[in-house]
Amino acid sequence: MIVNASLANEYLNKQCEAAPLAVFRIFFGLLMLVSMIRFAANGWINKLYIEPSFFFSYYGFEWVKPIGEYTYIIFIVCGIAAMMVALGYRYRLAIVLFFLSFTYIELMDKTTYLNHYYFISALSFLMIFLPAHAYFSVDAHQKDTLRSQKIPSWSIDSIKLLIVIVYFYAGLAKLNSDWLMEAMPLKIWLPSLYGIPILGDLLQKEWSHYVFSWGGALYDLTIPFLLLMRRTRLFAFVLVVIFHLLTRLLFPIGMFPYIMIASALIFFGASFHHNILEKISLLFNLNKSQFDNKKTLSILNNNFNRFKLGLVGIFFALQLMLPFRYALYPSELFWTEEGYRFSWRVMLMEKAGYANFKVMDPESGQRFYVDNSNFLTRFQEKQMSTQPDFILEYAHYLADYYKNKGISAPEIYVESYVALNGRLSRPYVKPEVNLAAIHIKDPKTWILPFDDTIKGL
Amino acid sequence: MKRVTLSVLSIIILTVIGYSCSDDGPSGPDVLDFDRQSMLKNWADNIIIPSFTALSEKTEELDSTAERFASEPTLIHLEELRGAWEAAYLSFQNVSMFEMGQAMQLRYRDQMNIYPTDVVEIQNNIESGSYNLELPSLNDSQGFPALDYLLYGLSETDSGILEYYTTGTNSEDYRTYVTDLTTRIDELTREVNLHWIETYRDEFVQNDGGGANASVDMTVNDYIFYYEKALRAGKVGIPAGVFSGTPLSTHLEAYYRKDLSTDLLLQALNATQDFFNGKHFESDETGESLNSYLDYLNTIKNSDDLSTLINMQFDAARDKIESLDDNLVNQVENDNAQMLSAYDELQMNVVYMKVDMLQALNINVDYVDADGD
Repeated sequence: MIVNASLANEYLNKQCEAAPLAVFRIFFGLLMLVSMIRFAANGWINKLYIEPSFFFSYYGFEWVKPIGEYTYIIFIVCGIAAMMVALGYRYRLAIVLFFLSFTYIELMDKTTYLNHYYFISALSFLMIFLPAHAYFSVDAHQKDTLRSQKIPSWSIDSIKLLIVIVYFYAGLAKLNSDWLMEAMPLKIWLPSLYGIPILGDLLQKEWSHYVFSWGGALYDLTIPFLLLMRRTRLFAFVLVVIFHLLTRLLFPIGMFPYIMIASALIFFGASFHHNILEKISLLFNLNKSQFDNKKTLSILNNNFNRFKLGLVGIFFALQLMLPFRYALYPSELFWTEEGYRFSWRVMLMEKAGYANFKVMDPESGQRFYVDNSNFLTRFQEKQMSTQPDFILEYAHYLADYYKNKGISAPEIYVESYVALNGRLSRPYVKPEVNLAAIHIKDPKTWILPFDDTIKGL
Repeated sequence: MKRVTLSVLSIIILTVIGYSCSDDGPSGPDVLDFDRQSMLKNWADNIIIPSFTALSEKTEELDSTAERFASEPTLIHLEELRGAWEAAYLSFQNVSMFEMGQAMQLRYRDQMNIYPTDVVEIQNNIESGSYNLELPSLNDSQGFPALDYLLYGLSETDSGILEYYTTGTNSEDYRTYVTDLTTRIDELTREVNLHWIETYRDEFVQNDGGGANASVDMTVNDYIFYYEKALRAGKVGIPAGVFSGTPLSTHLEAYYRKDLSTDLLLQALNATQDFFNGKHFESDETGESLNSYLDYLNTIKNSDDLSTLINMQFDAARDKIESLDDNLVNQVENDNAQMLSAYDELQMNVVYMKVDMLQALNINVDYVDADGD
């Protein structure tokens, strides 16, 4: 134990150049700013957060809702915070603001959940604890005591670790029979991309679906290690660029490829990053040399800093464990999606569904069906129809709605069908179960069995 | 050892990525490849345009019989007008699903076939004599349903109906309103048809890529939307009280004529099945279609024969509907359970088409314009 503790101490006291973290901060801030502008320019703020009348909440975060027209302000705050992060201006405040506003946006409606949004939330949380402003920042320019050429190595390593986790877990998740043996869901997605020049014809061939499936899994599992090792790093980075640009070409995944490409730069050595910063200095006529003071950022070994370090440790322990929580649930992960989110299960399945809700008034015996488009956007309806927690939350919403309409104890039933990875659609929720009487914490016995197995992790 | 493993891995990855990006793989059209453009051609040239052209002839006939009736409102001319209305209304069922291009711009279906028609609004229009049928607010006082009311619903008897056009206080205004409606039906139909022939056909066929605005995605979305909302819900579900809890016979198509409702429904169902199978308009020949497209995709996927399932479900729905009363008003008011079971049969194909077919074709239920992971 004592040996371990001293090893840990030794590691925590290790220093490295601050330049890679500064470059990371700048690119991260800029890409986030662009993401916010792009989101607004596409009209998505209005479409996703203002127009709908109902929003799906995460358990425990029901209080996080869009705030009407003021929702724009949250995005503006987030954009400004991103810019401040890039500049390294009042960095701590900026990154906390960014984390809070971005996460608030993600929590407003579960419909828009994407793994890469979760990645941004997790990353920005981690960055709160990193001295990313110690070098090449407005803060460091203004404050002598902060300005440091060197920072603790763990702060850069922690970002690398998060990226390693994202890739490796995404790769592990692909080790299942649908992905490897059936080339599903790529077998569904790729043939529909016939419009792409040259590649379009190739994507009609069955073997190409297997190549992409196996290649994708292999890429995710190996790329973190190829990036970590100096000998393979350049090659790995070329792969990163090819892979992410290819996914950009094939799928609508927005800014994510660029974020991952920029993030991968952190694996390169300090001289590479000094070069980048020199170019930036030249471009904007900045004085880079003021930061090259050979100084090491002094971090007091006080309780507060130890507490922060502890938080980072807990954060990573959670990151490592959360993706495996699905194992605690008895049912097929892809079918019931218990423990599916927050686990780097990226583009792993194609699910389509249909949910037809029936409202029954037990007093009068009157029954009728709900037109979902009266309550949900098409996007929300699409997401709702394949995910049990959405179905249940919506059923409760309908029960409340019809209670207000004068039915004292409305019962809500659903006729639903789901098709998973090209299998023929099959009934999903038990049609005889009154969903209004089910609590979200109840075991999901109201979902019909999958009657098939998807082997793997 | 590690290094060897690594370099082997790297080589594999490089080969995999390199191969999938290289353009020296087999390219060019494969005999087994599905030609989406020929499907679009089949849709446009053999189904959509012939259907609109046939309808256009019928609406022209409708308009001219209305003119004859207006200038000489006799029982014979009324019967003639009713015959033309019936023929055009049935023919309209063949095109109603194609709400794209000019039809989408004009909101063609809304102007042609909103029912129940607003009787009070019709009366107001006739009495005031000032109405602009181009206003969306007047969609429910025009088109085929308004004519249904004006030709069958004004009175219990034919002589009673004729009175409105001959001796009634606003008889001239009634006659004008009828011809205004038929003229508008004819003009809109001609506009959509000509637009298809002159410009939209080529645009439609050329737009053979993938994505939300590509012709295949758009047409399939419109088609399913029509089947789900206009056919399943509009013609059967809503009048059977599926969404309200109580049957609403007044919400039936051709409510005033009554004994045409089943024929209209059957015509619509046949048209949707024929489109699915790429069957040429008024011919037994077939071309590339959703059916053959699904079969092609199935040769890659080796899963259930979805196209057969969908056709079987169309047949089951037709069997059920054929067993219904010719007059759906009677059916709903006297034995709604049969109407509800017809609904269930129609419903099953919503699942097959909206869930399984869209998944197989990898088309989003209407375009969700947001990022994925």
